[in-house]
Amino acid sequence: MAPKNPPTAADTSLVPGGGGVSTEAPENSPPRKPRNGGNRKFSRKVMLSINLASVAAGIIGWWLVSAIGIQGLPGPVEVIERGGELMANGTLAEDSGASLARVLTGFALGTLLAIPVGFLMGWYTVARGIIEPYVQFFRTIPPLAIIPLAIVTMGIGEVPKVFVIFLAAFLSCVISTFQGVVGVENTLINAARVLGAKSFTVFIRVVVPASSPFILVGMRIGLGAAWATVVAAELIAAPNGLGFRMQQAQLYYDLPTIFVSLIAIGILGLIMDRLLLMIEARLTRWQERR
Amino acid sequence: MTTETKNAMIRFENLHQEFTLSGSKFTALDGVNLSIADGEFVTVVGPSGCGKSTMLNAAAGLLDPTSGRVVVDELEVDGPSPRTGVIFQQYALFPWLTVRKNVEFGLKLKKMPAGERRAIADHYLDLVGLTRFAEALPKELSGGMKQRCAIARAYAVNPEILLMDEPFGALDALTRVHMQEQLLETWTKERRTVMFVTHDVDESVFLASRVIAMAARPGRIYQEIMIDLPYPRTESMRLSDEFARLRARVWEAVYHQPDAKGADE
Repeated sequence: MAPKNPPTAADTSLVPGGGGVSTEAPENSPPRKPRNGGNRKFSRKVMLSINLASVAAGIIGWWLVSAIGIQGLPGPVEVIERGGELMANGTLAEDSGASLARVLTGFALGTLLAIPVGFLMGWYTVARGIIEPYVQFFRTIPPLAIIPLAIVTMGIGEVPKVFVIFLAAFLSCVISTFQGVVGVENTLINAARVLGAKSFTVFIRVVVPASSPFILVGMRIGLGAAWATVVAAELIAAPNGLGFRMQQAQLYYDLPTIFVSLIAIGILGLIMDRLLLMIEARLTRWQERR
Repeated sequence: MTTETKNAMIRFENLHQEFTLSGSKFTALDGVNLSIADGEFVTVVGPSGCGKSTMLNAAAGLLDPTSGRVVVDELEVDGPSPRTGVIFQQYALFPWLTVRKNVEFGLKLKKMPAGERRAIADHYLDLVGLTRFAEALPKELSGGMKQRCAIARAYAVNPEILLMDEPFGALDALTRVHMQEQLLETWTKERRTVMFVTHDVDESVFLASRVIAMAARPGRIYQEIMIDLPYPRTESMRLSDEFARLRARVWEAVYHQPDAKGADE
């Protein structure tokens, strides 16, 4: 059931030149045309400047739309000003810090549990039989749907929020760890056994490294899920955090603050994802990529 | 008509192996008896489904025979052991380890000190001509180089027997010929008992002093052909009449078997 080739994070990220639909040239097109049509490779520099130009164009577009005067839509200048204010009075830092702390706690707990559980499921058939129904069942429930239950049973403190984030991170990471273990090639295991490795050694020296690409992909997905969940959890009940700030702003029809919070959520999420991607690239350099 | 050798290094004793494939029983090996002497190079050749890889896996301790047993150096095989080195068709190198660390893998399991490990790894990397690539990762190597690394890794733990399961099956024809020559060169320098499974008739004749031709459904030994060409085997030998005659005999034994389900033998 596991895919034969471990996924690489690069597959899903916005690497220059990677992914996207390649526009194959029709067969009777001029012969000089590059074979992969619009998907020509650019140098890093060129790609970066295209990225920046695109972002700049987006901001200008936003500014134009707000200048025409769509009801209530704040312009970039207004949002930047509000961002400055929120930064100056420390609110932005406090909210970001509170949200990050929740995410990182839940994420750390979630992956810390997911990795051993995923290994257990992949390595011992009995453990798999016991755990899998629960994992498969809870996986179909969006973590957000747990929030009412969590609030009723755990109150409105930090515990229910961290719990929901923990659940989100755990579920996405456990599945991919499990798939990683199941997908470890049998010949690699046999190769270790004929060199004298016993069951535990095979596990530590073969199964763990061989499934590490899957685990890291699971961690990235888990972090994304955790980040998405924290904001929603804060919308419902929290004394601080980016989600709370937006909730407050909504009450006062304060659109610039909502924009600042959204942008902060996006930027922080992007930074965390890139950090994990870098770690992943470093740890899985040995992987054969195509 | 199997040769009974005293002091055989590997002895297959009435080995039966049955598998259940989608509900129906399937006899992979139907009473195989074979002895391979110390230092002998034997190739096992046959059509797919003749149980040649099953035989090898039983000798490697990677599967439990339904009945019968395999004895390696007077000790019954009851699981994988460093006494029997295995070289797989898919190379089975650990992709996260460098070439050197792959070769040192088995030594590390023996808790050998680093200096000693390094010396042994260096020796075998030199033997297979990979010294320059010691720090490379498997993904940087060609197919032939990967298999040379696997050979060095198998040799490093100093096994009594090398079991090779179509090791050159995934290589192109030219690389394959080079690898055969190099394997014999290595084997001449560090002689081990070798059981080499292949479906390539040329390869079976060029490498072995004895070819075991197997038949399928049920898997069994069909014929043994002595290859009385002297070692070292050379390229010109490959083109000799004697080689052609032996190859024809093996070919005959492999491809013109009486249908097991039909005519009497």
